[in-house]
Amino acid sequence: MSIELGHFSLILAFAISLVSAFGGLLLWRRGERLALVLGQAAVLQFVLVAVAFLALVQAFVVSDFSLALAANHSHSLKPLIYKISGVWGNHEGSMLLWILILVLFGALVAAFGRRLPSDLASLVLGTQSLLVTAFAGFTLLTSNPFERLAVPPLEGADLNPILQDIGLAIHPPLLYAGYVGFSICFSFAVAALISGRIDQAWARWVRPWTMLSWVFLTLGIAMGSYWAYYELGWGGWWFWDPVENASFMPWLAGTALLHSALVMEKRNALKIWTIFLAIITFSLSLLGTFLVRSGILTSVHTFASDPTRGLVILSILAILIGGAFLLFAMRAPMLRQGGLFAPISREGALILNNLFLATAVGAVLVGTLYPLVLDALTGTTISVGAPFFDFTFGALMAPLLLVLPFGPLLAWKRADLVAAGQRLMGMAALAVFLAVLISALGGVSISLAPFGLLLGFWVSLGSVAELIERAKIGRIPLGESLRRLAGLPRSIWSTAIGHLGLGLTVLGIVSVSAWETEIVTTLNPGETTELAGYSIAFDSFEQIPGPNYLADTGIFTVTAPGGGTARLDAERRIYVASGTPTTEAAIQTYGLSQLYLQLGEPLDDTHVIRVWHKPYILLIWIGCLVMSGAGILSLTDRRLRLGAPQRARKAAPEAAS
Amino acid sequence: MSWRALFLCLMMAFSSPALALSPDEILSDPALESRARDLSAGLRCLVCQNQSIDDSDAELARDLRLLVRERLVAGDSNEEVEQYIVDRYGEYVLLNPRLGPHTLVLWIAAPLLLLVGLVALVLARRRTARPQAAGLTPEERAVLDQLRDDTERR
Repeated sequence: MSIELGHFSLILAFAISLVSAFGGLLLWRRGERLALVLGQAAVLQFVLVAVAFLALVQAFVVSDFSLALAANHSHSLKPLIYKISGVWGNHEGSMLLWILILVLFGALVAAFGRRLPSDLASLVLGTQSLLVTAFAGFTLLTSNPFERLAVPPLEGADLNPILQDIGLAIHPPLLYAGYVGFSICFSFAVAALISGRIDQAWARWVRPWTMLSWVFLTLGIAMGSYWAYYELGWGGWWFWDPVENASFMPWLAGTALLHSALVMEKRNALKIWTIFLAIITFSLSLLGTFLVRSGILTSVHTFASDPTRGLVILSILAILIGGAFLLFAMRAPMLRQGGLFAPISREGALILNNLFLATAVGAVLVGTLYPLVLDALTGTTISVGAPFFDFTFGALMAPLLLVLPFGPLLAWKRADLVAAGQRLMGMAALAVFLAVLISALGGVSISLAPFGLLLGFWVSLGSVAELIERAKIGRIPLGESLRRLAGLPRSIWSTAIGHLGLGLTVLGIVSVSAWETEIVTTLNPGETTELAGYSIAFDSFEQIPGPNYLADTGIFTVTAPGGGTARLDAERRIYVASGTPTTEAAIQTYGLSQLYLQLGEPLDDTHVIRVWHKPYILLIWIGCLVMSGAGILSLTDRRLRLGAPQRARKAAPEAAS
Repeated sequence: MSWRALFLCLMMAFSSPALALSPDEILSDPALESRARDLSAGLRCLVCQNQSIDDSDAELARDLRLLVRERLVAGDSNEEVEQYIVDRYGEYVLLNPRLGPHTLVLWIAAPLLLLVGLVALVLARRRTARPQAAGLTPEERAVLDQLRDDTERR
């Protein structure tokens, strides 16, 4: 019964979104009352889709196997958390989650946007509803999660054991929140193009949504990377896989959008470019979600191997993205650019940032799609893998990182580069010193390592330079400095912390790439091996049955160079129901470094053991967390709070600049 | 990496019983072994999604790893080993595509985009700089005159 209720709710939400889309996009001049109705409709869409989603969750939780989806992807003995996460561990359910987040963002705009100009509100909500119509329609017609089975099986087919992990519970919702959040930027861009009204108030409106989505996407990607790292069993954390690239491109574009919206908000410049980026970012998010499952990119990746689904989804993408760009091409030339500035200025620095980020998006896009296009055109098959991306992406990021610390120190309109350079001298010297020192101590295994270290330290130290200077640390009493620090605007804090996070990530990447060590050997219980000063003793080998698997467990004692010991259990599991084997690596954290131990298959009566020492690898993800924290901090800034645009509107845009 | 990719890699990885690099494959000469590892990291496991043969558990990857080492022991240079493998498995096996007519666009895409971006910036700058010198439109002049008249009259 509840399943039918959910199904009906989704159909109702679809119908309401259809009416809202037409109402908003055709009648947007009608004023306050229409905007009010559309806002209510947006909230109603959210309530209805939430009911649909909960109906699905309930069916999974009570193991109602008359629901085809639950029968195919769940099992009555699964722990509760995996029953729930199993709802989106499949094509149909993940579509519904995607739509749920889409309508949630629509409802949030309605809730926080009461003071938006009514025409803008109507257009934004109308565009958002159009997206709901497209994807709810797609789900209902081709991927209905509410299909029933006439003869329900006694037991479900179970979720793949590899997906029975906390990673599946967290990673997709975060990633989707990031992808879908950019839909708000898209809707605002479309609304701006239709109404022809683009000013600083618009940028003030868009920036918090961009920031929020960017934080989610950053966390989602970082989480996915860490999950792959500990679950895949050979300690890689980034593979330049098409699916990863698909999530990385919107992140890069979103990062560019954050920076260009800043220029637009503060200086009323870069309008056309910001609108373009807003459309591009969401288009890349759509590609990220759907191209990989359309069967076009890599057919093996797809949830939905049914080619009609792929065709439908590609048509939807083509219409939405193509339509937005058509609108852009028609309306953008009419927009007037404002805010003049000298090349050496904060604006100039942010444009440079955008130039490199946009080029990086292009490079990753070309690298991801090139083998496909080449194959289609000439029949030649080539691979574009990690070495290509490492080189191309690295070459584009190095100059960006090199100039990054200058940006926040430059004034708007016209700035003094030499003065900024002088203020960074101390940090530059410190960065060089640290890079040389560590390279000398660690040995240079790859020639670019010292340069990478230099970049990492330079960005990290350079980004806190402004904080230190403004607080006059070391020049006035400490208490006074701290008071000054506390009094600094949050925008300065979030800029510094965000860039510091990036620097930390760079340091982690460089450290692991240059100084990771590994050992592959055979061991018998009782024997000991060594790696990077750690002594690894193989204590015993046991076969331990788990709740729904059998595990071959190697029990190890690791003695750190400092003397502390730790017990590590590395497992090879066979899941009984499906016969699927998995490896569970044992990971021991020492400060920011990790020892990663994997139990291989038996070889001639002994055991293959692989151990990696990954120096400072945690910096990679800590940097991402720091970046996200900076984004959240920026969202709490009074000047950027979600309701802020009203103030901007009262003080006319001209007066604000 | 998304969980779909993860799922797939794992499915691929477990479809055969062989291993990622295992101790019996390792060459006794550390210099040769180090070259073998470098080469392996750039060669694609043909039955996997996006793994090098160095990381892969598949049987075919093991065969390729052994082949690389065999050629190295026989005295081939890195380039000769790579060519040997490409001759047998096609260029698809290289994770880093070679520069050639068919990959020209791929390799010059990034520098070209950067260049186009720079040129666009310079052009956009020229365009925005010009109206500044263009002076007032007739309408603006009329408004200004009106204002001046008003002030003078007062």
